[in-house]
Amino acid sequence: MPRLVSHPDEVRIISRRFGKGATDIDKYIELDGYKAVKLAIEKGADWIINEMKVSGLRGRGGAGFPTGLKWSFVPKQSDRPKYVLVNGDESEPATCKDHLIFLHDPHAMIEGTMIAGLAIGSKMGFIYLRGEYRYLLKIMEKAVADAYAKGFLGKNIFGSGIDFDIVTQTGAGAYEVGEESALMESLEGKRGVPRIKPPFPAVVGLYGGPTVINNAETIASVPHILLMGGEAYAKAGSERNGGTRLFGISGHVNNPGVYELPMGYNLKKAIYEIGGGVRGGRNLKAVVPGGSSTPVLLPNEIDVGLDFDQMGKAGSMLGSGGIVVIDDQTCMVEFALRTIAFYQHESCGWCIPCREGTDWLKKTIGRVHAGGGLDKDLDNIRYLAENMLGHTFCPLGDAAAMPTIGFIKKFRHEFEDHLNGKPCPYAHKEEPALV
Amino acid sequence: MSTAPTTIFSPATAARFDRLVTLYPVKRSALVPMLLYAQDEVGYISDAVVAEVAHRIGITELDVRNVLSYYSMLRTKPAGKYNVQVCTNISCMLCNGYGILEHCKKRLGIGHKETTPDGLFSLEEVECIGACCWAPAVQINYDFYDELTPEKMDQILDNYKAGRGKETV
Repeated sequence: MPRLVSHPDEVRIISRRFGKGATDIDKYIELDGYKAVKLAIEKGADWIINEMKVSGLRGRGGAGFPTGLKWSFVPKQSDRPKYVLVNGDESEPATCKDHLIFLHDPHAMIEGTMIAGLAIGSKMGFIYLRGEYRYLLKIMEKAVADAYAKGFLGKNIFGSGIDFDIVTQTGAGAYEVGEESALMESLEGKRGVPRIKPPFPAVVGLYGGPTVINNAETIASVPHILLMGGEAYAKAGSERNGGTRLFGISGHVNNPGVYELPMGYNLKKAIYEIGGGVRGGRNLKAVVPGGSSTPVLLPNEIDVGLDFDQMGKAGSMLGSGGIVVIDDQTCMVEFALRTIAFYQHESCGWCIPCREGTDWLKKTIGRVHAGGGLDKDLDNIRYLAENMLGHTFCPLGDAAAMPTIGFIKKFRHEFEDHLNGKPCPYAHKEEPALV
Repeated sequence: MSTAPTTIFSPATAARFDRLVTLYPVKRSALVPMLLYAQDEVGYISDAVVAEVAHRIGITELDVRNVLSYYSMLRTKPAGKYNVQVCTNISCMLCNGYGILEHCKKRLGIGHKETTPDGLFSLEEVECIGACCWAPAVQINYDFYDELTPEKMDQILDNYKAGRGKETV
């Protein structure tokens, strides 16, 4: 069972029901559950979308698109049914936040889905979890069944005359399916390859109907926003980055865990005060700040606020909020190799720059790490990665290229050490167990 | 389709599949979950599974194979009763995930995607399983085990060996 952690600096909005037995529908109701959806029915779609816009909530999957704006793109009139799709295919390495929401607060996911449905005029929502999360699917399935049993889902929800159904579903192991259009393909029973955009899902999405697709954490934030008010939520965060989010701190830290922090919280403080600093009294070598696809930061680059804009200015990204702390005993070439090996494995093969690029990057970084690299390999790595950027249907190509460019730029000396015949000093086989 | 008289699945699974195809605007949406549940029961996606799933959904067997080859959790060969999946992605790697993998290899005497002769265990090195803050982590079938040490891993494997582990879902 994932261990829950806490820290005084946390501002608990999304995680306020964690560990309080809210998987039980009556407990959830006792903890202000299903109040937000009733309010949403009373106030109507325009009010919901306005509150969402005011809240400054930006997509928690990693792209950071403003949620209220996304919802407002869905046409009011549509010949085809509209859908809400919750992306719980959480697969970005270093990210395990949705895991906890599904585990501790499944009804918040249901309520958020219902509110999104009310906002866009949809009668059906899908909650899609990654295939590995079977035990969490069971929790979600029970929550959905309990909500139906209470009459909260189905026909005429809360006496509104509006019908709303939710279907839960899992994938079967594919990082690419976390990309919105690939997720829709998977939900339609196909290989999870991306669709070309435009048209965007808000216009032509699932089964060809207008679709709102949001990350699971985004959806779980929605009921809280309506209850506390968009303005109060916005104030909890930083400029143009409303509210709080779940940050996962992992790697070489003393107190790893998922912490809910205000947007804009200082990264250095997150590592040293909340994460308790680097394990074993070692020094910090690098930080991957927002999941494995975000460019690496050096110790002198981490005095920065954790929001989409400040992280962008610092030369990286906020991404999925998964902060990986790396100590001075780590071989960065090996780290780069493990990262690219993941993207090579997960590339769906649809776009050539990504399929071939990730493969050649893995081969090239692999031989540098193994000690058989050539001088030209280092420039080739950068050239290959830079030519993947923006040349694919979906962002997986970028997700593989961006961290690679970061590693080769900031740790070129370690790649050169390998070329110069210095054996990798930190090969994992010789490494003493850190735990 | 109603319960096929010739179904290869248990009555409970067949009933689940009867319901699954009714949940979505199109039957085909049930394909990926159906394959995963079928694998849980049969152990792998056999030719008979492909045939029945294709029939239930009303698509060709080729369509089914085309989809099943995409998803890394779906397999066309049997695995062990307990499939030990060790994560070695970045967060786990930094916390001795490779040490846990090596330990499992030695302990079980098998390598990546291999099965012990008694058919009890199979081993797989897998990509991130979403337990990064509780690294290193392992999944045995669908059950998560986290904050592992080699000693803790031994205990878990001992439990499964003694029949005290959890069964396939």
